[in-house]
Amino acid sequence: MKTATAAMTANSSTPIISVRGVNKTYAGGFQALKKIDLDIKRGEIFALLGPNGAGKTTLIGLICGIVKATSGTIIADGHDIMRDYRAARATIGLVPQELHTDAFESVWATVKFSRGLFGKAPDAAYLEKVLRDLSLWDKRNAKIMTLSGGMKRRVLIAKALAHEPTILFLDEPSAGVDVELRHDMWRMVRTLRAQGTTIILTTHYIEEAEDMADRIGVISKGELIVVEDKAVLMRKLGKKQLTLTLRRPMTGIPAGLSAWPLVLSDDGHVLVYSFDAQEEETGIAELLRTLAEHGIEFKDLRSRESSLEDIFVSLVHRPKGTQE
Amino acid sequence: MNIYGIRAIYHFEMARTFRTLWESIVAPVLTTSLYFIVFGKAIGSRMGDIDNVSYGAFIIPGLVMLNLLNESISNASFGIYMPKWAGTIYELLSAPVSWFEVLIGYVGAAATKSVMLGLLILGTARIFVPYEIAHPVWMVAFLLLTAVTFSLFGFIIGLWADSFQKLQAVPLLIVTPLTFLGGAFYSIDMLPPLWQKITLFNPVVYLISGFRWSFYGIADVDVAVSIGMTFGFLMTCLIFVWWVFKTGYKIRH
Ligand SMILES: Nc1ncnc2c1ncn2[C@@H]1O[C@H](COP(=O)(O)OP(=O)(O)O)[C@@H](O)[C@H]1O
Ligand SMILES: [Mg+2]
Repeated sequence: MKTATAAMTANSSTPIISVRGVNKTYAGGFQALKKIDLDIKRGEIFALLGPNGAGKTTLIGLICGIVKATSGTIIADGHDIMRDYRAARATIGLVPQELHTDAFESVWATVKFSRGLFGKAPDAAYLEKVLRDLSLWDKRNAKIMTLSGGMKRRVLIAKALAHEPTILFLDEPSAGVDVELRHDMWRMVRTLRAQGTTIILTTHYIEEAEDMADRIGVISKGELIVVEDKAVLMRKLGKKQLTLTLRRPMTGIPAGLSAWPLVLSDDGHVLVYSFDAQEEETGIAELLRTLAEHGIEFKDLRSRESSLEDIFVSLVHRPKGTQE
Repeated sequence: MNIYGIRAIYHFEMARTFRTLWESIVAPVLTTSLYFIVFGKAIGSRMGDIDNVSYGAFIIPGLVMLNLLNESISNASFGIYMPKWAGTIYELLSAPVSWFEVLIGYVGAAATKSVMLGLLILGTARIFVPYEIAHPVWMVAFLLLTAVTFSLFGFIIGLWADSFQKLQAVPLLIVTPLTFLGGAFYSIDMLPPLWQKITLFNPVVYLISGFRWSFYGIADVDVAVSIGMTFGFLMTCLIFVWWVFKTGYKIRH
């Protein structure tokens, strides 16, 4: 107890999870992860964002002990996950992507099992609280197979929380989940974070990362392309766009405007100007003046910031080697 | 040692047993009763005694062994195969339990169940045939050792199997024939001399012979050899399981 508290205060700035030079090649020869280096900060919500097959589940599996790394080291809460696997795993809770449940068990039996399996003494009051928080208390005696998909997802969350982990992994938590559960889940995630739990979630929904995360790691084809504070990422890579709806369609961009990064829509009705949101001088005033000089009139004008989605698409489709 | 973890697995497995308690009891009791009616009464009445033991009594230890082997293997193999099949093994793999602890949980529960069943069959047999147990301590020792050994063996099969067919193939194609040919229903002196020799390659012979000795003091092979062989099987299974866990064979990607 004393050492744990000491470690907490001493390490509050050191990462809670540290992944170093991790590679994973599956038995078939497929390399699912390439030289991953990643630090998760204590107490943050970290979103691992990437398309299907990017390697998110593999990376989580490595940290949780389900998948064996081909090379590299992983430290969880100060413990090497291989040498000191007991201490490392005792701190981690995992909600898997797939709805793997014991059909014939009752909800209560299965959470009780999880708590015991992770080496914790029985604590009915704590488990009751977990079930109540997840609106599962009324279903505690129901067999899991009688529950809906959303309820099963709640059961998996309850199982993951049964041993009071300090690190919680949520692998695609909102896949196939209704609005109500998503709402409950995010409320729970924020509460857990407020209590000091570190949360790592994977998603291919960009809005989810945008809503929830403090930091975002983008993974694509087994490579971690970027890891950044959400705000910084959006600022750094964010673009603004000015959309002009023209009064009269054009067949092409006049020669005098070729210096501007303009894109004309196919029907010639809409002109889009992209500019860096970071720049002091956006160039809008000058563009509008130049348009007027060319006699181009517009009936509407809108500007918008690029979403994380745009950033993501640009990152993932950026040719290799250009990310720095 | 994660005692809570072992307890959780053990209870989980025992709960699975008790959920199907009725099937678990009725089927073996019914089949054993049929054996006693057919072999003990109908055919047994035409058979002479074997070493001064009535035929009905003679087959009891063999029948118990037959059930013990099948139950141990099927309980343990099913126990570890199910989480693999249903995907719930993720929790076991991510939990702070060593494989030795997982083993104690699964094998302990499977062995418990088959010992309970063995005792139940002995009780059922008493209804049909009177018998005495000459060496009760050895009888219990053989029962426990065999249950643990074959639960270990079943556990290995459950780890290895990647389909229900494979899960059932080993008990059906190997263990059942070996048990039937292992002297459950006859003494091996009743076989022609060549077959007596061949039979000695069947490990089940030693188990049944030793077990029968604990009842009636009669044996096909020296009881010391039976005890040695039983421990030998136990060690073989333990070493194999240790190797499986050490290499992560078929468990972790
Ligand atoms: N057990 C496995 N054996 C071989 N390849 C695998 C295995 N599991 C995953 N993969 C492959 O590794 C890649 C990454 O998978 P995964 O980590 O599940 O991605 P994500 O979770 O980002 O969708 C995929 O191409 C997948 O096909
Ligand atoms: Mg995945």
